[in-house]
Amino acid sequence: MYFNLAPWVIIFPLIGMVVNLLVGKRLGEIGIGAIASLAAGLSFGVAVLLAFSLAAHPEAVTVQVAEWIPIYTPLGNLALSWAVRVDTLSVTMMLVVAGVGTLIHIYAIGYMHQDVRHNGDPGRFRRFFVYMNLFILAMMVLVSADNYLMTFVGWEGVGLCSYLLIGFWFEKGQDGIGNAKAAKKAFIANRVGDFGFLIAMFLIFSAFGSLRFEDIFSRAAQVAQAQPGIILAITLFMLLAVTGKSAQLPLYVWLPDAMAGPTPVSALIHAATMVTAGVYLVARSNALYSLAPVAQNTVAWVGAATALFAATIAVAQYDIKKVLAYSTISQLGFMVAAVGMGAFAAGMFHLVTHAFFKGLLFLSAGSVIQGVEHGEKHTGAAHGSAEASFDPQDMRNMGGLRSRMKVTFWVYLAGALALAGIFPLAGFFSKDEILAEAMQLNQPGVLVFLVLAAFLTAFYMGRQVFMVFFGKARSDPAAHAQENPPLMTLPLVALAVLSVIGGALNLPGVHTLETWLEHTIGGLQPAEFILPLALLALAVALLGIFLAWSLYGRSPLKHGQVDPLSKTLGPVFRGMERKWWVDEFYGKLVIGPYHALAGLLAQPVDQGVIDAAGNGLGTLTQGLSAWLRRVQTGFVRSYALAVLAGGVVILAYIIFR
Amino acid sequence: MSALIFFFTFALIAVGAAVGMLFSRNAIYAALLLIVNFASVAFLYLSLGAPFIALAQVTVYAGAIMVLFLFVIMLLGAERLPPSQELPWQRPLGIVLAFLLLIEAVYGIVFRVNSAATLSLPVVEFATPAEIGSALFSTYLLPFEITSVLLLVAVVGAIVLTRAEGGARRRALVSQITQAVATEVPEHKAETPEEEKELV
Amino acid sequence: MVPLSYYLMLSAVMFFLGVLGVMLRRNAIIIFMSLELMFNAANLAFVAFALYYHSLSGQIFVFFVMTVAAAEVAVGLALIVAIFRTKHSINVDQLSSLKG
Repeated sequence: MYFNLAPWVIIFPLIGMVVNLLVGKRLGEIGIGAIASLAAGLSFGVAVLLAFSLAAHPEAVTVQVAEWIPIYTPLGNLALSWAVRVDTLSVTMMLVVAGVGTLIHIYAIGYMHQDVRHNGDPGRFRRFFVYMNLFILAMMVLVSADNYLMTFVGWEGVGLCSYLLIGFWFEKGQDGIGNAKAAKKAFIANRVGDFGFLIAMFLIFSAFGSLRFEDIFSRAAQVAQAQPGIILAITLFMLLAVTGKSAQLPLYVWLPDAMAGPTPVSALIHAATMVTAGVYLVARSNALYSLAPVAQNTVAWVGAATALFAATIAVAQYDIKKVLAYSTISQLGFMVAAVGMGAFAAGMFHLVTHAFFKGLLFLSAGSVIQGVEHGEKHTGAAHGSAEASFDPQDMRNMGGLRSRMKVTFWVYLAGALALAGIFPLAGFFSKDEILAEAMQLNQPGVLVFLVLAAFLTAFYMGRQVFMVFFGKARSDPAAHAQENPPLMTLPLVALAVLSVIGGALNLPGVHTLETWLEHTIGGLQPAEFILPLALLALAVALLGIFLAWSLYGRSPLKHGQVDPLSKTLGPVFRGMERKWWVDEFYGKLVIGPYHALAGLLAQPVDQGVIDAAGNGLGTLTQGLSAWLRRVQTGFVRSYALAVLAGGVVILAYIIFR
Repeated sequence: MSALIFFFTFALIAVGAAVGMLFSRNAIYAALLLIVNFASVAFLYLSLGAPFIALAQVTVYAGAIMVLFLFVIMLLGAERLPPSQELPWQRPLGIVLAFLLLIEAVYGIVFRVNSAATLSLPVVEFATPAEIGSALFSTYLLPFEITSVLLLVAVVGAIVLTRAEGGARRRALVSQITQAVATEVPEHKAETPEEEKELV
Repeated sequence: MVPLSYYLMLSAVMFFLGVLGVMLRRNAIIIFMSLELMFNAANLAFVAFALYYHSLSGQIFVFFVMTVAAAEVAVGLALIVAIFRTKHSINVDQLSSLKG
């Protein structure tokens, strides 16, 4: 049994990070990348060993590493230890995080090699991998925690890494602060969610007197009977945390902007792993959620609404990464809806497959972007004039890349089809299972939302593929785009294979993942395979792709042509393109008043009251001392007189007291 | 009875000399009157069973210190000062405060000190030089050593202060002295205070 | 025998005269001598109490006072000499340039 190895899933990334931090400068890019990838890979190896151990002994094991907060008082105890909880749920997450993470690390060696040169600071190569290993570390802490506080530590840790990596090129972006602003936005939106997490944690502690999963879940039913309200409050506040981290309505706004980070970051953090932390949190707290049906319904509806809402926006985006970002939000909505309905296994299943194909799509998109950037350099050098306004991420500038980037095209196609839910790729099975659960658990509203979202998913993925890879190149750089080296394409192939066969994890009727998770999550009902529903989903997906083909494939977009959809949909398209003005709405509703309040606090309150008090004290002291300084006459005799007067007074006090 | 006569004789001499010092226009006279005061107080010390202190008073105060005063007065030639009109309010105020202090002190002595308490010499030997010496070198060893360092500092300070302004030469001398001090401190510790005072 | 309070009275009167000297005179050297007079008054009280309590500490303290006074006189007179060199006066009223 290898359970004792469990802490090493955290320690390996730590070692990698420290090594790169200390001696990375002398190692060179290959050395840095190798160490970082090796750290993630070893972590994955440990996770695999743990999975094997669990296969033999499915009972959850907690490996105690150290005592963290030991507080023992007569009134109550707060005993938290740094412990690694090994159960089927956490190991599933470890496998995904470390597995996909390793592939992305390898890819990033090639990607960042070009990216740091493209952005003009090769010195940041090392920093990138230090952050990446730190992220793996924090994510491992998050999934392996055995209490909510430790989870929160990981939760904040990944949030920090997300912030650091979104703002990796912090001096770039719009007006030179665009990326920094995006990072800030992500951080602040997450802070709102973290507030919910904290409140939920406080409530848990006040209700259970403990933060350990075991204590809480074993007594959940008891507490729910005594105080039903508190469980509802806990789960709803936790939902706020989920909407922040997993980019659900209403806090999703940070994720599209987070695409300012380098593409491997978008793939690892903002598609495959960190944003699924919310789904994991709900799955982990299943014992609490199943006691609060209202909260469950709310979660399911938030997820379903997000899935549809984000999908509509994704339809009208031009930035290749923005499309994927909204798609991620939408797919996260699927997962949240699933875990909200109580279909924890289905949600986790979609989480895993989504990590495969969305990681793949992002990495391929990065490959496309770098191919176009390469072409841009080529043509820029030929023309001698820099096209300053050229955006290598805009799909309107692409087209016809199928022949120039063959590997990328095929893996992208695999990812897109998997995401669209085409049989027999991974997405088909996982999405279908969620739909089947929605039907089985009698959630027709959610089901309709999700089917619509699935239709839009197929449509926008088809639109993207046709716009990027088919037709003719709509710009010079795209015409000169170039395939990337194998260091980048090999991880793509690996992920593509996983996207294709990932559905095997939980085939209908076999339910491997479900049985596996059942050891941790009690009361799971295996979703039955509903053939008509599956056929409907498939038909909807095919219809979406067909529509995309008829709009974008049959007659490819010309250079400078307007999106054909805008004619058909008119103002609706404009709304989708402008993201339904949510950012503007938030700006008016929250940020504007907040700025006004801050202005009020800064100008009249801070400067008028607090600073004035400080300055007033200063002026008073000045005036007083200007007056008092006359005491210093310079005449020794007056000083002697003062001393004598003091002596007389003191002697009087001693004698007459 | 004879003790009282002894006390009053020397007390009157001491007070008279002090008043004289206070009002003498000439600084030389003031210094000489102060010596008289010190000497008479030394006699009182003798009657209080403090022969060591009495003799130290005569040699150190009346001898060394006052000679230094006289030397400086004569060196500067500043026996007399012209009257000055600065701080006219300071003088009456000072006198009033000084009288207040005296009244407080007298009040304290009259009402706080047992008036019946008389001083009598003990039968056994008290405060012989040998006793004082042993106390100095045992119980008060640390303060004693510290005073020796203090005296050394005073010597160096006096030399530095009274040197003519001489730029580089002066600075060189200062550093020389500080070096000498650094190396000589242990030696000086062993010297008796009396020797040092003569040095002063 | 002589009562303790007589000695204390003498000490108080001498101290008072010293204070008056410091207050009234402007000659720095005389002020200095008045200081010595106050030391002396305090020493007298010390010695008287030493006898009253039959304790050696009072006398030892007087010894230390004398030592410190000697050091003080050495530095003080050096200061006066240095001041006289620059100001050509030892009138304390003329040393008033250091004021607020």
